[in-house]
Amino acid sequence: MAAIPALRESAFATAHRVGALVAALVLLVALVLLVGESPLAVFGALLNGAFGTWDQVGRVVNTLTVLLLCSAGLVFTFNAGLYNLGVEGQVTVGAIATTFVLRLVGEMLPGPLAITLSLVAGALGGVSWGLVAGALKVYGRVSEIFAGLGLNFIAQGAAIYLVFGPWKRPGVASTSGTEPFGEHLWLGTFGRTEATPVGVALALIGLLFTILIMQRTYFGLRLRAVGHNPRAADILGVSSARHLLSAFALCGVFAGVAGALQVVGNYHRLTPTISGGLGFLGLLVVMLAGFNALFVLPIAFFFSALNVGSLQLPLVLQRVDSSLSGVIQGVLVLAALMGRGLAQRRAGGSA
Amino acid sequence: MNVELRHIHKWFGSVHANDDVSLRVRAGSIHGLLGENGAGKSTLAKILSGYITRDSGEILLDGNPVDIRTPTDAIRAGIGMLHQDPLDFPPLTVLENFMLGQAGKTLWLDHRSARRAFLALAARFQFDLNPDAHVSELTVGERQQLEMVRLLALGTRVLILDEPTTGISAEQKMLLFAALRQLAAEGKAIIFVSHKLEDVEALCDEVTVLRHGRVVGTVSLPCPAETLVAMMFGKVLVEPAKPHTARDAVALELHNVAIRTELFDLHVPHLAVHRGEVIGLAGLEGSGQQAFLEACAGVGRLAHGTLRINGQDLTHRPYRDYLAAGVCYVPADRLRDGLIAGLTIREHVALRAPRGFFINHAYTAQLAEEAIRAFNIRGTPDSRVERLSGGNQQRTQLALMPSPLSVLLMEHPTRGLDIESTLWVWQQLIARCQQGTAIVFASSDLDEILRYSDRVLVFSGGRISPPLSTTTLTVDQLGHMIGGKF
Repeated sequence: MAAIPALRESAFATAHRVGALVAALVLLVALVLLVGESPLAVFGALLNGAFGTWDQVGRVVNTLTVLLLCSAGLVFTFNAGLYNLGVEGQVTVGAIATTFVLRLVGEMLPGPLAITLSLVAGALGGVSWGLVAGALKVYGRVSEIFAGLGLNFIAQGAAIYLVFGPWKRPGVASTSGTEPFGEHLWLGTFGRTEATPVGVALALIGLLFTILIMQRTYFGLRLRAVGHNPRAADILGVSSARHLLSAFALCGVFAGVAGALQVVGNYHRLTPTISGGLGFLGLLVVMLAGFNALFVLPIAFFFSALNVGSLQLPLVLQRVDSSLSGVIQGVLVLAALMGRGLAQRRAGGSA
Repeated sequence: MNVELRHIHKWFGSVHANDDVSLRVRAGSIHGLLGENGAGKSTLAKILSGYITRDSGEILLDGNPVDIRTPTDAIRAGIGMLHQDPLDFPPLTVLENFMLGQAGKTLWLDHRSARRAFLALAARFQFDLNPDAHVSELTVGERQQLEMVRLLALGTRVLILDEPTTGISAEQKMLLFAALRQLAAEGKAIIFVSHKLEDVEALCDEVTVLRHGRVVGTVSLPCPAETLVAMMFGKVLVEPAKPHTARDAVALELHNVAIRTELFDLHVPHLAVHRGEVIGLAGLEGSGQQAFLEACAGVGRLAHGTLRINGQDLTHRPYRDYLAAGVCYVPADRLRDGLIAGLTIREHVALRAPRGFFINHAYTAQLAEEAIRAFNIRGTPDSRVERLSGGNQQRTQLALMPSPLSVLLMEHPTRGLDIESTLWVWQQLIARCQQGTAIVFASSDLDEILRYSDRVLVFSGGRISPPLSTTTLTVDQLGHMIGGKF
């Protein structure tokens, strides 16, 4: 295996990545043509759906804040070598904890204080759920993938139970969630849109924090060391157990805050599907970003716009549905991962 | 079936694992492949059985060239290999394992006829295997018997065994040898890969000795053991060329220690390693040297006993206490245990010498530059370690060793290195000894052990010899002891 000069290799990798994206676009265009729609019309409708009105822009921003927080948290776990599928559950538990605190103190304390407390509670809820996954992984030798999936089911079950049981609306329980909180417990918004300045600030601070930790600190380096080779890291004196748990906890904080924002900034109540799948979407964002926090923002923005933009597709065009956004996201990520894999294979990485 | 290998070459990176190896094995004979660890025996065996693809060379069966590139090719050609770790599926039963890989005549599994065939084959060799037992409950010897029966049922006419006597009982070994003789008498060709002299002497008709990837020669047995030892290890005696650096103070002390490995418990009644002293661990690989080093490094655990570093009792203390006490462990498998593939030299240096919370890139780059210069590493601070050659990876590992150091525990410090790098590595290590570091190292190179050690521990068959001074020890004696004669 001859050492390939770094330059040629990165050219290799770039060529493969661009190739993969082109392949993904061709596939998507073909798909749209197959269902008998014009790709340009779909593109226009998506664009219009995401940015046509300030209302829609506000919704994109709101989705983006939650997606950014999930993605930023996942940067830690991915770099520690973990496929933290439990992020969904961490968002849900964060939302439950937030709702719990708001129900408890919402009517007693001034709004801003109650909201602050509920955000902290959301973070703690996320951390606790992350640490359960971490303990299962580190001490119980359970793959974090299965631990995460199991914990997601439990969290989802808990949310459903609460919405239909102890926290049900007066009169009749509803899939639309618990009784909405009073407006004094809502986060302030930009004008009349749904976007909240607090959410945007938290997401941006979270992302900057992640970039700083991963690129500039010994802690970030140690996380990467554990992610690449936990055994060698242990021998070099970097405790893999401690760093894996830290990664789970950090991701839990971010996911928990994301869940809290879903409650105080977005839905203003607990719903059975409060995470909205944004945790899973975060996994795709970070994978597409190659685990690099710097690329998370543009990709998360693009995905958020797709999510919101696709909502009105069926209203504008007859032959496509809003689920097209999921197809686009999935195809892009799979193509990008395949491009990376092919580049590695060409570089002679593995037989 | 007659087997012939012609001019086989295989490179792993810069290591020439098989260098122009040619070999003939007659049908109906048991042919030994003898050599120390890393001599290229297993590589050759895996090439013949399709697990590794040769770079060049020819394989002929009964004079006809065959192209073997995968295990399936080999099995089709009638070649089966029994691996050192049996390749079975522990959650399945013995019978299910037996049926794996069999070409079924229909879609459905035929348990009844498989059971009949299995029991008949096992009975032929007096293997007492319960077809319904789970493989996870079997001993290594029994798993080996299962694998052998399975391979024979696949129509194997050339049977390769890689170190089959490691980890099996004396009784199982007798059964195995009897079975192999019976198979040879039936006209099958048996290739017996081993580094155990006594096994080869007891079983084989002919033996080919490999050293450093090359064929040293092929001899018919019986032949004097001294001849074989000389062929395996090259020279007969090497004068140690290390200055006396041992001091009076004790750096590492083991008392009444037991170390549990998968196969056996190692016992050390008492061992005191002095500052500046070098202890060589000789023995076949997998005789417990790694477990011993890991236990001394605080990476593994002692089953019982006490361990002191510089007089401080560190038994059962966490690994970071060992690091703080100046213990450093340098594993053999650099990219699996010692270095982190994906990280650069600079990042490794930074991991070892953190300063503050934020990384100062200029500072760590400077540290890395210094390490690269001091240790003559061919690379830049931003070279990823997996891109470095083996020698440069080893230099990087040495550069990462903290200073000062009380006890240095190393596995195969010069494996895979060229002569220049080897000498350089030992220069560095001797300099450490002169500063008072005690070194305990495992090596399969007996020359290296005799040249640099003050005392030697021989690991064989789950036992550790008392420390032997190298002043009177010869390679011959060591070779015999490694074969289990002590």
